Amino acid sequence: MLVKAKKNALQNLYIVEIVKGLAITMKNMLFGKTVTIQYPEERRQYSERYRGQHYIKATNGVENCTACMLCPTVCPAECIHIEAGERPDKEKYPVKFEIDVLRCCFCGMCEEACPKDAIKLSNIYEMSQQQREAYDKGFLLEQRGNK
Amino acid sequence: MDSAMFWIPAIAKVALVAIVLLQVVPVMIWVERRGSALMQNRLGPNRVGPLGLLQSAVDAIKMIFKEDFVPAHVMPFYFLLAPVAAVIPAFMSFAVIPFASQIELNGQIIQFQIADLNVGLLYILSITSIGVYAIIMAGWASNNKYALLGSLRSSSQMISYELSMGLSLIGIVMVFSSVKLGDIARAQGETLIQLGSLSLPKWGIFVQPVGFLIFLTSTYAETNRLPFDLPEGESEIVAGYHLEYGAMKFALFMLAEYINMTTASAMCATLYFGGWQLLPGMSWILGQLPLDGMASEWARVAFEAASFTIKVGFFLWLFVWVRWTLPRFRYDQLMDLGWKFMLPLSILNIFVTAFMIYRGVI
Repeated sequence: MLVKAKKNALQNLYIVEIVKGLAITMKNMLFGKTVTIQYPEERRQYSERYRGQHYIKATNGVENCTACMLCPTVCPAECIHIEAGERPDKEKYPVKFEIDVLRCCFCGMCEEACPKDAIKLSNIYEMSQQQREAYDKGFLLEQRGNK
Repeated sequence: MDSAMFWIPAIAKVALVAIVLLQVVPVMIWVERRGSALMQNRLGPNRVGPLGLLQSAVDAIKMIFKEDFVPAHVMPFYFLLAPVAAVIPAFMSFAVIPFASQIELNGQIIQFQIADLNVGLLYILSITSIGVYAIIMAGWASNNKYALLGSLRSSSQMISYELSMGLSLIGIVMVFSSVKLGDIARAQGETLIQLGSLSLPKWGIFVQPVGFLIFLTSTYAETNRLPFDLPEGESEIVAGYHLEYGAMKFALFMLAEYINMTTASAMCATLYFGGWQLLPGMSWILGQLPLDGMASEWARVAFEAASFTIKVGFFLWLFVWVRWTLPRFRYDQLMDLGWKFMLPLSILNIFVTAFMIYRGVI
């Protein structure tokens, strides 16, 4: 439906209205605060609870993970692949720990499910990689963005 | 000797105007990008060179090195001719604009104007209307529905607004009794009203305020700038007439658009704001300079050129300012404004001007 806005004769001439509009843009140009974040130098600050890149927490250089398989079970995107193994002292540990980040939906349920506080999500949000073999155990064990 | 005295200043003037016009384009593109960004609380391109000033130069280099691609479905001859046909009239129309008054060198008077044609105003109107051929050619040769729609919109818009543009200029021609731009600019140095020590110059804006508004609006439509940029209309017809163009061919259309803007601004300045007539206060500064003889003459010319540049610069800025303030008109609104409002108003303006000249008011 075509709605006719009620305008008086002066508004129909547009001139005053255009000058008002020009004043608004000029005011923004001279006194407006720019909101641009100059990316490589400045970064957006996310909340401490932001769920970004994964990492595995380690204690005394040994990963906390015991390959209990709770996180691949709970994962709705089925993107965690763990192969369990045994250490000489009979302790279970993950031989392979891979995350398919392309499938991950960053819901954080793995972090919630983990009884050993091993898998965690940091607040790193720049996750592009140049090779497919990223996000294996070695990569995840690097303590990036530890919180 | 005589031919040298004719050719050397002529070639120098042509070279000066062409080079300055070419330099206006990258600067204006930078102004447009930074200006729009600041108006929208952004920063705009600020990485290349100081304040991002070299961005346009880098863009031009990129445009040159891009592949010169011609799509398979176009008519190649007209497709390649169209950008050239857009640029040449854009450059040509600046030829009759006076950018300073005159100077006497070796007993010869040199006008700072490439050609002081005795049909100056009509020359500009006719040359600028050639520009529409390029747009139609581009749209038609592109063999693309959107491009053709854009060029059709452009042609009907230009025809509609050329009428009120021409009629609004008749008022100026009546007041100054000349179509020579040099004469019009010179006549605007006269005093219109004397109030004590303050004198109001006989600038076009003071004798033809309505004509100025009509002319200004029409130039926006003629140069296809917002709020009348329906030939481009990104949200409806992708990019309009230059949809199929890329690389330097596209850059030529941009070049033509910005040079047309410059010419339109120069027309506004020359016809309605006294052209090269000095701005208030500049003649006082000129009087204070300790110069004599030839040096003072050249200083006067420099001040006149600077005053003209400031006026043109203001109108160029107004183009950018209006573009980032007003939204685009709908097509029926555009035609309504052109035919139902501006055309009758410009005819009325002619009658009122004629009456006032008859009564001796102006």
